Amino acid sequence: MIRPLLARLAQMIFVMAGISVVTFAIFFATPGADPSARIAGRNASPETLAAVRLSFGLNRPLPVQYGLLMKRLFVTQDLTSFMNRGELVVPQIFAATPVTLSLVGGAALLWVGGALLFGVLAALRPGRMLDRGLMVLGLVGISMPVYWLGAVVNLVTQSRLHETWLFSWVPPLGYVAFADDPWGWFKVLLLPSFTLSVFYIGLYSRVLRSALIEAHQEDYIRTARAKGLSERRILLVHALRMSLVSVVTLFGLDFGALVGGGALLTEVVFGLPGIGKLTYDALQTLDLPVIMATVMYASFFVVAANALVDMLYAFIDPRVRDA
Amino acid sequence: MAEAAGDIIAAPRQDGAPGLWGPMLRRLTADRGALLAAVLLLAIALACAAAPLYAVHVAQTDPFHSNINGEITIDGVQRPVIEANTEGLGLGQTPIGPTGRAQYLLGADSQGRDVAARLLYGGRASLLISAVATLLGMLLGGTLGIVAGYFGGVADAVLSRLLDVLWAFPVYLLAISMSIVAVGSGLHLGPLVIESSNPLLPALIIGLVGVPYVARPMRAQVRALRKSEFVLAAIGFGVPTPRILRVDILPNVSGTLLVLAPLLMAINMLTESALSFLSIGVQPPAASWGTIIQDGLALLYTRPLVALAPGVTIMLTVLSLNLLGEALRDALDPRLARRR
Repeated sequence: MIRPLLARLAQMIFVMAGISVVTFAIFFATPGADPSARIAGRNASPETLAAVRLSFGLNRPLPVQYGLLMKRLFVTQDLTSFMNRGELVVPQIFAATPVTLSLVGGAALLWVGGALLFGVLAALRPGRMLDRGLMVLGLVGISMPVYWLGAVVNLVTQSRLHETWLFSWVPPLGYVAFADDPWGWFKVLLLPSFTLSVFYIGLYSRVLRSALIEAHQEDYIRTARAKGLSERRILLVHALRMSLVSVVTLFGLDFGALVGGGALLTEVVFGLPGIGKLTYDALQTLDLPVIMATVMYASFFVVAANALVDMLYAFIDPRVRDA
Repeated sequence: MAEAAGDIIAAPRQDGAPGLWGPMLRRLTADRGALLAAVLLLAIALACAAAPLYAVHVAQTDPFHSNINGEITIDGVQRPVIEANTEGLGLGQTPIGPTGRAQYLLGADSQGRDVAARLLYGGRASLLISAVATLLGMLLGGTLGIVAGYFGGVADAVLSRLLDVLWAFPVYLLAISMSIVAVGSGLHLGPLVIESSNPLLPALIIGLVGVPYVARPMRAQVRALRKSEFVLAAIGFGVPTPRILRVDILPNVSGTLLVLAPLLMAINMLTESALSFLSIGVQPPAASWGTIIQDGLALLYTRPLVALAPGVTIMLTVLSLNLLGEALRDALDPRLARRR
């Protein structure tokens, strides 16, 4: 029981180290231009360039530069932005984290609930109208760019139908902290979380449906039928439990794509000042220290979350638990 | 001896044996959804390929040149392409909306450029970039997966760890990191210089990001094949490795590759549009569907069509690719189709 957990932990640390090396190599060792010019941003003065060279140790060998960057990112946390005249980067990331977590948490709730509902409904009668309709809807859901869907949601709820009773409750774009106004926090996050969850509802209800239908051909389902259990009980208790295992694996992997991708685009469209919006603003000004830091922190978070899910997985699946 | 062994292993099929591709093609053409998807894809690709023809002969405009002071005659009335607002305080400007005729069919964007023509040109960029990226990802990922799976040992250990890292790296963050460096200064690989405005650059980046999607399933499948009896027999007979790879391995994984291609292209298309939307993909004045959506966001409440139209085209294309991939998978493995 302990050994696989330790092995997973070791793998997590290896992957984090790998990601940090890859990120470092992209920003500091891509052939093309002087890294100091990249980091300092457009039209930097010679003094700024010299300061960048000194503070990132750019005249020293690459391994030393790597060590220095890691130290400044994670130990001393004194990495500064050159576009915003010396503003510390890491505290900005910590300030933005609750926004992103609120958004992603809300989306995860919606998507697990939605996927369970649609997946089970579709699997009840495979091949019928409801099943086909839901599956086509799911396919449409995974084929839309999330930021475009966000724009459509904004168009409808902020402009075209904002005056009607249906959407008059929708607050203006932006963020309200939970501590300030819990109800306002909920209202402001509902539509962005929904937008973010659509892709995953589509994906997961399709996966869940296949897993459920597959499970129905297993021996233990036949046994359950032979025991005289009702079809509903078989589907909801026996088949669903086994099918959830495959969904949990996916969940861990997709959480990554969510924090590092979908959430970024959703935050931009809805003006939520999370980590993604921080990255986006830095992209507009080519503020590399901020981008480096957000990429590194977000990836590490994702890898840690994946490892956590894998370890939880060991508790859900008896085959893994007792192995 | 090796020659003879190769002949035995590659024994010609008996006449009348169905083979892999014949029934697959029949099942595929019987699938109405797949046919519709293929026709739609073809239509979109052809329309986008004809973008220059549309711009010159139908819309009679240069969609990459701003036309802020331009005018258009509708029902004998001269109207400016960008009109000053008359409602409210009369501040700001609004580009002309959909005209329903050849010129400015879908209206103009904030710089007075023809949205319909830009949509076609944007589709060219989006389709081209995602197709090249898919090709690149398949080639690179396929090679890595086959090498890791077939040779095992050190090669497998090194490649697998590398793929672990790439797989765990959130796709967009990896793509953003590479793109921002590339957009800033282009790419210089020795004598080879790729300017930051070159559409090959996003294709290259998206292709690299897609490698693990292909390499992982390839490695698993080739690993299993490597242990199968006919491959062990071929090795035992002393058939040279390149021949085993060509005759025994490649035909057996070609089905998987064929299914992966449209699915990977669907993912690549969404990645391309996201990067362009973040302004680190296709660089202006060139357009892709992602950049047009970004341009259109500023006009979202006044001229929503500018942002809506490219989103619809992305959705239709990605939907068709997904449908096609699924149909291919079902056609290659009818057992799976029955289960669905």
